[in-house]
Amino acid sequence: MRIGVFVCHCGSNIAGTVDVERVALEARAFPDVAFASDTMYACSEPGQAAIIEAIREHRLDGVVVASCTPRMHEPTFRKTVERAGLNRYMFEMANIREHVSWIGKDTEANTRKAADLVRMAVAKLANDRTLTPKKFSINKRVLVIGGGVAGIQAALDCADGGLEVVLVEKTATIGGKMAKLDKTFPTVDCSSCILGPKMVDVAQHPNITLYASSEVADIGGYVGNFNVSVRKKATYVDWDACTGCGQCTEKCPSKKATDRFNEEIGTTTAINIPFPQAIPKKASIDPEFCIKLTKGKCGVCEKVCPTRAIRYDQQDEVVEEAVGAIIVATGYDLFDWTRYGEYGGGRYPDVITSLQYERLLSASGPTGGHVKRPSDGKEPETVVFVQCVGSRDKSVGRPYCSGFCCMYTAKQAILTKDHMPESQSYVFYMDIRAPGKMYDEFTRRAMEEYGTRYIRGRVAMIYPKGDKYVVRGADTLMGGQVEIEADLVVLAVGAEASEGAARLAEKLRISYDSYGFYMESHIKLRPVETNTAGVYLAGSCQGPKDIPASVAQGGAAASKVQNLFSKDQLESDPQISNVAIKRCIGCGKCIQTCPFGAIETVDFRGMTKASVIETVCQGCGICTSTCPQGAIQLQHFTDNQILAEVNALCQQSPFRNYE
Amino acid sequence: MSRSLRFAYYPGCSGQGTSIEYDRSTRGICRALGIELVDIPDWSCCGSTPAHTVDHVLSAALSARNILQAESLKDVRGIITPCPSCLTNLKTAARRMRDADFKARVDSLLDAPCRNDLPVMSVLQVIYQELGPEAVKARVTSPLTGLKVAPYYGCIMNRPPEIMDFDDCENPIAMDRLMLAAGAEVMPFPLKVECCGASFGVARNEVVTRLSGKLLDAAACCGASAMVTACPLCQMNLDLRQGQINRANGSRHDLPIFYYTQLIGMALGLNGSDLMLDKLCVDPKTLLRHMRAAQSAAAS
Repeated sequence: MRIGVFVCHCGSNIAGTVDVERVALEARAFPDVAFASDTMYACSEPGQAAIIEAIREHRLDGVVVASCTPRMHEPTFRKTVERAGLNRYMFEMANIREHVSWIGKDTEANTRKAADLVRMAVAKLANDRTLTPKKFSINKRVLVIGGGVAGIQAALDCADGGLEVVLVEKTATIGGKMAKLDKTFPTVDCSSCILGPKMVDVAQHPNITLYASSEVADIGGYVGNFNVSVRKKATYVDWDACTGCGQCTEKCPSKKATDRFNEEIGTTTAINIPFPQAIPKKASIDPEFCIKLTKGKCGVCEKVCPTRAIRYDQQDEVVEEAVGAIIVATGYDLFDWTRYGEYGGGRYPDVITSLQYERLLSASGPTGGHVKRPSDGKEPETVVFVQCVGSRDKSVGRPYCSGFCCMYTAKQAILTKDHMPESQSYVFYMDIRAPGKMYDEFTRRAMEEYGTRYIRGRVAMIYPKGDKYVVRGADTLMGGQVEIEADLVVLAVGAEASEGAARLAEKLRISYDSYGFYMESHIKLRPVETNTAGVYLAGSCQGPKDIPASVAQGGAAASKVQNLFSKDQLESDPQISNVAIKRCIGCGKCIQTCPFGAIETVDFRGMTKASVIETVCQGCGICTSTCPQGAIQLQHFTDNQILAEVNALCQQSPFRNYE
Repeated sequence: MSRSLRFAYYPGCSGQGTSIEYDRSTRGICRALGIELVDIPDWSCCGSTPAHTVDHVLSAALSARNILQAESLKDVRGIITPCPSCLTNLKTAARRMRDADFKARVDSLLDAPCRNDLPVMSVLQVIYQELGPEAVKARVTSPLTGLKVAPYYGCIMNRPPEIMDFDDCENPIAMDRLMLAAGAEVMPFPLKVECCGASFGVARNEVVTRLSGKLLDAAACCGASAMVTACPLCQMNLDLRQGQINRANGSRHDLPIFYYTQLIGMALGLNGSDLMLDKLCVDPKTLLRHMRAAQSAAAS
């Protein structure tokens, strides 16, 4: 066998702490190596051209590139060797950047280790076999999880592109956080006026199936062929019959139900429609507060409903959907601000969250757009905004910046002046982070045109004094303490991963960071993909985002799905497990350990044997280490190939003595 | 809890002088509640607030000596002290000595190395956690019905939370619950953990009159007729200096400042010599007379 070795400098990334020329020199002496050289950037066009030229000139059977992580460039180099006429699996990578040059500064030790890794890769390549991917057909439907603005954009873009879309929303209406906003920054245009039409488009689009009040219960399958179970939660109303006329909500005698849409400012009826522009505009019953469901009496809504849609005995229902791709747009939750004991820990009625304030500002909110203090209904004269509540604060485990709070606080300060020209607003801030288009101009306007007083420093304490609240904080520009007596305090709460994000990630088999936000496949170059093929991300489930960024990512995720569906067939990865049928004793241990359910039993001439479902297998290799017979082998990572690497590592190097 | 409530007791220096009523009432209620206090033999000052600003090792050694003395006692469950300042020093020293190097430096200043395995708690924590408000309530014979109190913990009883490890550091509730158990009405006092000005009373009196003045204002504002404290320094600033504070701020406060141990003692029916209510500068007699009068009026 004739093997070529290419050792990459990666500029100074590798060459800075590894003697790459010496690694290439040593590699020439490794068994089967017919050619070895070092190259400045192996992944660049001239770098790839040099590999192709060497394959042709030296009649190479396989290539080893010693450079960065396979995650980054294995596909690149596989394509390169393929262009030169080799099978793409006759290629091995030695990671001498992440595993060597980036973790140690000792050039001598690094060089030895790099040479060892190259020798292992050469030994494995000598045992590699050509593999050929199989093709399988795909289902060109897409599932969108989450009906906020990112999910809506993704669903509409897919649907307009001719794909069938299944949109699953956990709450009774789509719209997400944006539907609760009064106005949006930096244009101060009406949030529901720009989102409303899009929500209607979702309802009317012939390609979109909307499941509201529903959750994804289970996901099976693989890219191109996912099977999804959607649990439609009981709403106690037959939504096919309900016309959203609202007669039931007018007559419902139970008026103490939690008003989730209005952020629990005020209450609502036990049977309710979240808000007038809700999509779908259907009533649902809150079982916790319904007198009929809790006490067995009442039944008023059933009597007044003109379409006889009320179903007190309704149960959850599970529907199955088959899709080829999934867009996750599950958004975020607000930080639980009651964890701030120094701000009253939720005990003071007039210390509210920014989203609650947004509902007070909104004409469709519980006060009809009049700002009233929750405690006594008075119009506040002094409003204090406290930024970074649950953002950039290690003490509550939220060291990251939530990104949009500076902007919505400026917007709310402007709106406060619009609603109450005599009022005075103060904003306690740590830094103003306003990097978007027209953002900095907008915060300046809040200060300069609307007279909002910005005080740089954290608020240490809020406490009641008479019917006012003393807000005490540092003014780090003036170098002293300030105390402001406020009528209303608005806490600019930060964002955290939505409740249940981790559970959904496990169903989807995608990764999430230590705060619960979903991880993109590559932080810079694959920002909407995940490491699971066919699953894409949109909006704040990946990290806190404002509306333009969420819409952009929703569109980007949709275009990735279009891209995936532009082919009629996908290639399956041949790096999967394979059962040697003669060796298999049918013990079933592999079936028990396979996390993907990719192994089944088959009858082979009257004997039970294991068999791998090729499209489900993810190539993790757990079965191969479980099999007592060595009968199940992971292609491209067989026992022989791995043992060859170990042997190569243990061999005495002719160039040096190990102590 | 089957284990006996026998503790090594560290009274602290102020318990011998300025806050003798705190020490006396602490001993009184502990006896009444079945908590056995064994005085640490030959204890010395913990260095109070100045020592740790000079030298951490020396400061720790002062407390470690007392810990070492306590370790000579048989069958004690831990070290307890009424004073939050002593508590901070004991707990900080015990925590720092978890570091072997630091402990070696401290041990070199002591007669013998200390084991550093006895838990350190405040008397408040022991009453609240080991007995609980329900057990206190069960022993109340003369409840404080009608007494409106503002519980004030001071700034170091619960902070820093990673060292003190007791109750909520922003909104502690131990004393509130014990006052409720004693039958008092607890007002929603928002400045529970604010600083009173501490030992600035002599050096910069205006700091104390400003900060403690704010505390008295807030207590009066939320409808309290008395404050309850757990710290000798807090009590002194609010009680002894109440006249100074009134003069400086133009206020007319007349709020008795009790130790929580005195009020619990009253509810448990302890006598005057155990509680030393006559040591308080702002005389609580009128307030207590009104309370008892209202109680008997309600009863008849």
